[in-house]
Amino acid sequence: MNMSYFLRRHWLTLAFLTGCVVLLAGGASLIGDRLMERVTINLCINIVLVMGLQVFMGNSGILSFAHIGFMGVGAYSAALFTIPSQMKNMALPELYPVLAGLSLDPLLAILVGGLIAAVIAALVSYPLMRLSDAAAVITSFALLVVLHTVMLHWSEVTNGPRTLFGLPKYTGLLLAASAAVLAIWVGMIFKESRIGLLLRASRSDEIAAAAIGSNIPQMRWMAFILGAFLAGIGGGLWGHFITSFAPKAFFLKETFVILGMLIIGGPRTVSGAVMGTLIVTGTFEGLRTVENGLNRAELFSGQVIGLTEIVLALAMIAVLILRPGGLFPAREIGTLITLRAKGKRMNSSV
Amino acid sequence: MTTVIQFLIDVLSLGGAYALMALGLVIVYGILRLVNFAYGELIMIAGYVLYLMSGSGLPWLVMAFMGVLAAIATGIATDYIAFRPVRAKSVTAVLITSFAFSTLLQNAALLLVSPRPRPIPLPDLFSTTVEFLGVVTPARNLITILAAFILLSLFLFVMRYTIIGLAMRAAATNFRMARMLGVPANLVISSAFAISGLLAGVASLLWLGRIGSVVPGVGLEPLLIAFIATVLGGMRSLEGAVLGGFLLAFIDTGLNYLLPQDLLKFRDAFTFSFVILVLLWRPQGLIKGPASGDRT
Repeated sequence: MNMSYFLRRHWLTLAFLTGCVVLLAGGASLIGDRLMERVTINLCINIVLVMGLQVFMGNSGILSFAHIGFMGVGAYSAALFTIPSQMKNMALPELYPVLAGLSLDPLLAILVGGLIAAVIAALVSYPLMRLSDAAAVITSFALLVVLHTVMLHWSEVTNGPRTLFGLPKYTGLLLAASAAVLAIWVGMIFKESRIGLLLRASRSDEIAAAAIGSNIPQMRWMAFILGAFLAGIGGGLWGHFITSFAPKAFFLKETFVILGMLIIGGPRTVSGAVMGTLIVTGTFEGLRTVENGLNRAELFSGQVIGLTEIVLALAMIAVLILRPGGLFPAREIGTLITLRAKGKRMNSSV
Repeated sequence: MTTVIQFLIDVLSLGGAYALMALGLVIVYGILRLVNFAYGELIMIAGYVLYLMSGSGLPWLVMAFMGVLAAIATGIATDYIAFRPVRAKSVTAVLITSFAFSTLLQNAALLLVSPRPRPIPLPDLFSTTVEFLGVVTPARNLITILAAFILLSLFLFVMRYTIIGLAMRAAATNFRMARMLGVPANLVISSAFAISGLLAGVASLLWLGRIGSVVPGVGLEPLLIAFIATVLGGMRSLEGAVLGGFLLAFIDTGLNYLLPQDLLKFRDAFTFSFVILVLLWRPQGLIKGPASGDRT
């Protein structure tokens, strides 16, 4: 790919999205409010995760449920390298002795977690990439269940269904924001690369794309691996932010949230993925405040839970009915801004 | 000998429930080529209706009837909310709306009832054991076999000998052609969802009868079971779904009898890996359905 052409064509989109993340992170660190900081870190990690899903789903057009599973793989793998060895006896009492001595710098460990997720994705997914439509979705769902079952029961490495604790708190605002920006750039570059272009062609018409000689399963495979890598990184970052988690964090609920962000924003564009994450995370935090307020006021006899998911579900259904491509269905935000500016100029010259 | 009979009763009763679940999923898939992710919630809804009516003092059969009715109503609601508005758009869109609808129902149960398990009323018959051919077995196993047998026969009769059954089979074979010949598409699809709800409702009674209580997430396991069974047996074929259900019950029960305890907990991972392999080997499942037509 011609990098200078890429930059010339997409500098505005990249600048806008990077600017959004930098502004939010900068604002949060200037204000210095702890809650605000937590929300922003969470948001940045979500951007990494949503970009992981977008790389595969947006370009290939195939719905994948498995990505949150790879987030879990990344989180658990990174944890193996960063839990201090004196803690490991308690956190992972059944750990294989070979793994007990492992120790890495957290940043490296998160990268290794992403790599392990990518390797596992590469091994298991190649045959699945021939499938399309419903068969592809069901197998990816099956893959999520397999990964979840393994996390739930491989007590030697994951502490079973119990909470794994003892991870150092490493992910800060700077790291999360840098990772989000990098993920955005990676997603954008992949989308405009040769593989991304061919994949998008196969999304529009699988037969025509195959006829002009693109090896579709292989392209999908590469996108899937890249997506799993990003998901694994996201998992590692999240693990070192939240510092203790259980396998149920990487299952259907999280899948639904991440998928909702991508669908509402628009899976086909990077701008859609990022904006969807911003909007949904913002709404979620607002609703959570409402939920907590309602619970504190004790207006109802029981606890108010599940409200946020209901709103997200309704929003997803509404978006898919009214605007099936999401908020940014086809064009990146930079293109939209340029087009609007051009349109104004043309109007004023008339 | 008694072990064999015991094993057979276990397989048939589990397989009966599985077959009903799988059939309910595949009847919609056969016509629309779309997986209904909200299928498990039909089972949940029937359970919650039973729970809510437990204090009413009505006879159990009436409560059970209301539960099944609620499942049918929810099935039809799924069609109207999650499927009909996006049916003509992409496959992915419908999968996501049905997934969203499933989350919606689950969280509604979470919000309106409780995240904790709620007991459901069951007749005494469900908890008694009987001796059958020299084997002591819970009566509910025999009830399950009987109920599954009756419902499957009824289903077969409807599909073979009634007009709506004929229309549904026609729509499953070639939807566009059936429409051109005057089969009303919306009616066929809604009936498929209603039948799906009926099967899920009855399966719910049998399934929850084993567990005895209902939680918001109770639908996940039946959904997974229905998935595996249909994928094994054939996504497009009704006979395949029934076969898949019994085959899965056979595998599950067999693994229960054979696998050592520390591998048993990975049973789901084994069965799901098996599903992936079957899909790779035969993407259509064991029994191939009618040739595919376009869906609209």
